[in-house]
Amino acid sequence: MDDPLLLARAQFGLNIAFHILFPTLTIALAWMLLGFRVAYHRTGDAGWLKTYKLWTKIFALTFAMGVVTGIVMSFQFGTNWPGFMLRVGAIAGPLLGYEILTAFFLEATFLGVMLFGMNRVPPWAHIAATALVAAGTSLSAFWILALNSWMQTPAGHVLDGNQWIAADWVAVIFNPSFPYRFTHMMIASGLTAAFVVAGLSAWRLLKAPADAMARRTLRVGVLVAAVLAPVQAVVGDFHGLNTLEHQPAKIAAMEGIWHTEKGVPLVLFAIPNEKTRTNDWAIEIPYGASLILKHDPKAELQGLDAFGTDHPPVGPVFFSFRIMVGIGVLMIAASWYAAWATRRAAAAPRWLLWTLAGFTFSGWVATLAGWMVTEIGRQPWIVHGVLRTAEAVGDVTGAQLGVSLTGYALTYATMFVAYMVVLTHLAGAGAESAAAKPLPGASPVGAAAD
Amino acid sequence: MDLPLVFMALMGAAVLAYVVLDGYDLGVGMLMPAATPEEQSVMVSSIGPFWDANETWLVLGVGILLVAFPAAHGVVLGALYLPVVAMLVGLMFRGVAFEFRMKAQGWHRELWNWLFWAGSFVASFAQGLMLGRYITGFEPGVGYLLFAMVVGASVCGGYVLLGATWLVLKTEGALQAKALAWSRWGLLWVALGVGLVSLATPLVSETVRAKWFDFPGTLALMALPAACVWAGVIVWRSTGRLAAGGGARDWQPFAAAVAIFAISFLGLAYSLFPYVVIDRLTLWEAAAHPSSLKVVLAGALVVLPFIVAYTVISYRVFRGKARGGLYD
Ligand code: HDD
Ligand code: HEM
Ligand code: HEM
Repeated sequence: MDDPLLLARAQFGLNIAFHILFPTLTIALAWMLLGFRVAYHRTGDAGWLKTYKLWTKIFALTFAMGVVTGIVMSFQFGTNWPGFMLRVGAIAGPLLGYEILTAFFLEATFLGVMLFGMNRVPPWAHIAATALVAAGTSLSAFWILALNSWMQTPAGHVLDGNQWIAADWVAVIFNPSFPYRFTHMMIASGLTAAFVVAGLSAWRLLKAPADAMARRTLRVGVLVAAVLAPVQAVVGDFHGLNTLEHQPAKIAAMEGIWHTEKGVPLVLFAIPNEKTRTNDWAIEIPYGASLILKHDPKAELQGLDAFGTDHPPVGPVFFSFRIMVGIGVLMIAASWYAAWATRRAAAAPRWLLWTLAGFTFSGWVATLAGWMVTEIGRQPWIVHGVLRTAEAVGDVTGAQLGVSLTGYALTYATMFVAYMVVLTHLAGAGAESAAAKPLPGASPVGAAAD
Repeated sequence: MDLPLVFMALMGAAVLAYVVLDGYDLGVGMLMPAATPEEQSVMVSSIGPFWDANETWLVLGVGILLVAFPAAHGVVLGALYLPVVAMLVGLMFRGVAFEFRMKAQGWHRELWNWLFWAGSFVASFAQGLMLGRYITGFEPGVGYLLFAMVVGASVCGGYVLLGATWLVLKTEGALQAKALAWSRWGLLWVALGVGLVSLATPLVSETVRAKWFDFPGTLALMALPAACVWAGVIVWRSTGRLAAGGGARDWQPFAAAVAIFAISFLGLAYSLFPYVVIDRLTLWEAAAHPSSLKVVLAGALVVLPFIVAYTVISYRVFRGKARGGLYD
């Protein structure tokens, strides 16, 4: 296996998929920390301070993972996709540049003050630093999603010689899919963080049912999730309608529609068969897809046959979509039931705690599945209708890519195991005992409390 | 306005900022094995609030290369592919080791301490290797590789010097005394490295040779090595005085070490100008479309002053001596 295109894609996919786990958590967790910090300031309740301290530790760890994997990303563009920069660099470059200038420095600099400066600056300045870190992470998502959305639904560009340049930056940034993608991603981040907070608190309560702080954070996580989960489903629906308009081949792959037809059924489950170009074992709701996508049970939908061979691989897009939506539905059920079960400070039953603990990382799975839909669904294009993936690949040899891919995979595996070990340790120990007996040479984050 | 030239200057500034800033924290990482566990906590504390922002200058440097000189980005990073991967893996382990070593105990903690050191070392050496390959235009051959390895070792020495003088500034007592000694070793190492590299560079690169021995420019150019030696003397004398208990300020060795880097960097810039890839691509040939350069420049001019301002603020918040593990 030394096909450079395949290896370059595998490597890019591995790196970004690993990277995105951490931003997804930090973007929303930063805002939650701001909430904890402000709650402490307002009430003077030491419980909020402890909550803030514990979750700051988890945040710091996650942020560090996000930063170091992000640095790898910034080196990847030129080496893996030089054709990309040569042809659309005049658009991608400035968007990446603005992310670095406006977001990365902001969050990286104020992170220091946020983590270690609590007793060095006045409370308002510490709150401001926390807010700036949160703003920085969200701003970073804004720019990178502007770029990614532009790659999905390009707008505002003109050809100049061999290069695409921006004719209208507002149109480039606020391209047709950007509002949907940005909203959907921010809510995805909120849900991911909410379930991590709820899940790790549940884990703690299973060990120490009386931990007041864990009960409080459980409630916070559950409530945030209960609000966001249904909103996400609605936003996702609008997102799909937008995709139907701009990338019909992707929708056909997501829904498993092989042939252009009227009154298309909604495929709940099936095994798409690329050879026969039909679905095996299909369970369908008649007229469902036409109804959802066109709001008319008789409407015609374009099938994959309308695009010749220029359509994405069906299986991965089809299954990823079902995983994401399935988790989305489960999230609504879990968060609503848990919100009801913990009303008026009632203690959650053990089976519910186990369920929430099981949902801890569900946001990650749904997010990765969502990105698979988006990115694989765009194939064979790297910029939809503008540049093909095959035209963008570099001249790094297969052997070199093999070495680097192995190196990254081993590094990530080590880092991931360590991350999980520390996370479960921190969660299981809870803030109470973590504050009571600091580890030798204690963490500056924890120590700032004492 | 000559946009490519402006971006070259910006990229140079970003890379110099990176080398100096991340240089001191990589240097502190490399010095870890020479310290006791308590001292190690102080050392990590002294760089904890800064390392992330320091590394962001690397992202900016590479970002400008990508955005402003896309043709060169592919060539440079393609030719340096494996050392770049080594550097990134080193930086990754080192970056997460900050967090993990604080939260781990027993042999886990030892392991992360070791990874912190090893990651710092691999990243520094790889950066030097990249510089060495870059100066020689990525020529293949054992001789060139050897040259690159000498540059790699010199960069490690340079970062040790920066790290040690940073510790002189940020610590006190026994650790500061150690840091003074480390500074002197670092300085000797740098002197040897810079000397060797300066002798070898005109031999391995014809373009550089032509630049250096082009009278009367050569005479003006002599100011650079002279200034460099002078800065080295300051490091030596100020560390000597501090060790003897006074007569110098604790920031002087660090400032002089930074000066050595800045001067060497200027010399390098002079030698390579106007190439982005030596003998192959000038900065004008590699430049991106003017439309994108204009937008980025507009943003950079507005934002960079803010970045500098809040960087200064953060260094002020954490001014003074670092203490063991505890920040308060
Ligand atoms: C700024 C641009 C950008 C952003 C924000 C993302 N991607 Fe992407 N992705 C690309 C830019 C890109 C790309 C450079 O355009 C690739 C490489 C090949 C391709 O077609 O698109 C790509 C491909 C690609 C592939 C391989 C698809 C294939 O080749 O069949 C996967 C699995 C992902 N991406 C996953 C992700 C995930 C999990 C992301 C979550 C953050 C993500 N991408 C964000
Ligand atoms: C695909 C291209 C991407 C590249 C080249 C990239 C690059 C980077 C880099 C270089 C960093 C480190 C910055 C620092 O030093 O602080 C970083 C961190 C970050 N990235 Fe990405 N990134 C990509 C995708 C994304 C996406 C899709 C998102 C969000 C939706 C995102 C959000 C963030 C955030 C929030 C951080 C801050 C670190 C953290 O919170 O963990 N990035 N990224
Ligand atoms: C419950 C119903 C949901 C629906 C109907 C839905 C719909 C969609 C659609 C149609 C896309 C593809 C957009 C495109 O590229 O054309 C998408 C992408 C995505 N989804 Fe969902 N989604 C749902 C739930 C979730 C959940 C629960 C999460 C994560 C917690 C999530 C995270 C994502 C992400 C990260 C992407 C890729 C980024 C983007 O294109 O916005 N989704 N979703």
